[in-house]
Amino acid sequence: MSTETTRSAAGDGDVLLRVENLVKRFPVKSGRLLPTEREYVHAVEDVSLEVRRGETLGLVGETGCGKSTLARCAARLYPLTSGKIYFDGQDITNLSPRRMRPLRREIQMIFQDPYGSLNPRRRVGSIIGDPFAIHRTARGEDRKRKVQHLMELVGLNPEHYNRFPAEFSGGQRQRIGVARALAFEPKLIICDEPVSALDVSIQAQILNLLSDLQRDLGLTYIFIAHDLSVVRHVSNHVAVMYLGKIVEESPVDGMWAHPRHPYTDALLSAVPLPDPDHAQQRERIILAGDVPSPIHPPSGCRFHPRCPKARPTCVSTEPELINRLGDDADHRAACHFPVQDGEDISLSTPSIAEDQRVIESGLIAGA
Amino acid sequence: MSYDVTAVGESELPVQPAGLKAVGAQKQIEGKSPWVLALRRLRRDRTAMICLGVMVLIAACAIGAPIFATITGHGNMEQFSTIGRTAAGQPIGPNGTFWLGTDDLGRDLLVRIAYGARVSLFVGVVATAVTVIGGTVIGLASGYFGGVIDSILARFMDWLLAVPFLLFAIALFSVAVQKPIFGFIGPGLPIVIIVLGFFGWASVGRLVRGQVLSIKEKEYIEAARALGAGPWRIMFIDILPNLLAPLIVYSTLLVPATIVGEATLSFLGVGVQPPTADWGQMISTASSMFLYGPWWYLVFPSLALLITTLAFNIFGDGVRDAFDPRGDLYV
Repeated sequence: MSTETTRSAAGDGDVLLRVENLVKRFPVKSGRLLPTEREYVHAVEDVSLEVRRGETLGLVGETGCGKSTLARCAARLYPLTSGKIYFDGQDITNLSPRRMRPLRREIQMIFQDPYGSLNPRRRVGSIIGDPFAIHRTARGEDRKRKVQHLMELVGLNPEHYNRFPAEFSGGQRQRIGVARALAFEPKLIICDEPVSALDVSIQAQILNLLSDLQRDLGLTYIFIAHDLSVVRHVSNHVAVMYLGKIVEESPVDGMWAHPRHPYTDALLSAVPLPDPDHAQQRERIILAGDVPSPIHPPSGCRFHPRCPKARPTCVSTEPELINRLGDDADHRAACHFPVQDGEDISLSTPSIAEDQRVIESGLIAGA
Repeated sequence: MSYDVTAVGESELPVQPAGLKAVGAQKQIEGKSPWVLALRRLRRDRTAMICLGVMVLIAACAIGAPIFATITGHGNMEQFSTIGRTAAGQPIGPNGTFWLGTDDLGRDLLVRIAYGARVSLFVGVVATAVTVIGGTVIGLASGYFGGVIDSILARFMDWLLAVPFLLFAIALFSVAVQKPIFGFIGPGLPIVIIVLGFFGWASVGRLVRGQVLSIKEKEYIEAARALGAGPWRIMFIDILPNLLAPLIVYSTLLVPATIVGEATLSFLGVGVQPPTADWGQMISTASSMFLYGPWWYLVFPSLALLITTLAFNIFGDGVRDAFDPRGDLYV
């Protein structure tokens, strides 16, 4: 696989993937035989975002906030409840499986679990060769040569072609997953927490592999993670999700310099610092309570039941995701009372009574 | 020096030696497939191997049943009303001419038992194959497609498991005696296989469906979908290989159950019809005269059935242990 000059250089600003007002709700099963009243998990609510060619969009948030669902919807693995997806200028929202097939080569995924994402009953060669088999582009010796080339590309020994996934370590397995995703030189790779199941030293290897590949092949990534330092390391843009919505979105430096949403602020304050003296001086922001149920999300701002800065407005009105406090144009936050630079929100107390907060207990959907 | 993974011997996870690239450049490195590992475990299981020997012996008896007839000089259906029966018309016990004695019509029991093995094994294998293939296909479809298809198929399986199988078989038999069902399913072997297969697939279907439901949530299925694989490819290339182990285990345990099922139907008179030699039938006839003396008539066919099902069952247990050392299957 050679670096093609036809691919546009990183950062030229044109949009590869655009998601508009994406909504995904999962019906909650109730009743064995006869379906009773339907309830829905509001996994992703009205999310819009753009991924620029050659860049990496980091998607962060707690477990169950809808980031994996968003990514799978963008890859057309789940049908959308509503919204639009444009890939490379083409509306792919309602493409039939047959029409979607050629696009499958351009959008690939790398999965979180290096043990679950490889079929234990199949040899590595046939797993990495799957893309060629499915799209009938190479067979026999030709396929084998291509597969071995891919294995070399991701740093695997091509002679291990006939081994089973169980004979590899976690990091090696993740490389197998990367090789499979690279088979067709895709334009977009969606990395769903690709390193969170790996040891720290292996994480670095895989992250470096991914960034080398991005540089050499001009790849675009959507990088899902809950480890903020990883996201900061790999991303150009970051979007923070909370309970199915994007609460803040910004180029990575702007986000770290001026977090505007109290949730982002709290997340950033939880990142471990390598310097113990520095770490001691810092105020950790401890959020009260748990993530509310996505079946009955809170009114207004979804973060208001846990927000230290909550006001009555937050309960009644949903904040828009817009530019706040004169930040850069592409730094947007969805908060009525954004965090000022230097403000310590651990000192704030909400000015709404406990019983006014809309907290629903119950099911929390999986990521 | 060459690197040969089979040389790792009893260890089931080959260790990758250092300097592999340098020394094993032209040697193919091939991981041992789960099947090879399972077969190796099975080969080491002495009890299972003995049972396999017994099974082979029984199969040889079934296939070579005419040899018994030639050696003894007694045909399968031949009735020796003078030398094969006492003056009172009773069966005679084991002796030099009739090694295992005779039955009520003066036929050689040994030859009859050997021929009976044919019916038992044939039904055991064919009905099990029908059951397993049918159950697998329907279970795969039900589990993978879900939704309405699953609701209908799963409820149908539940219904089938709730139907009293023997009563149904007896009713079906009395219908078939009047007039072959669909023109070709007459009493005898066809109806036995149909009944056993029809009532057997639902349990296989449920097993497969349950496994599919858990496997289809795995990330490698999602990965296949992300690569653009269609439902058939996912079902038969990604899911089915993961089902083969439970299916093989289930099948080996289903064969003896089917043999007993066939014997039961024949015992009740709704299975294989006389004069075809059949164990269930012999046990049935013998049990009515057992108290008057001819113990051999009851004991030898029963022993044949016992040894066969025991061998298959113990072998099946061995297969399960070999394929599933951690005990993941709920068979």
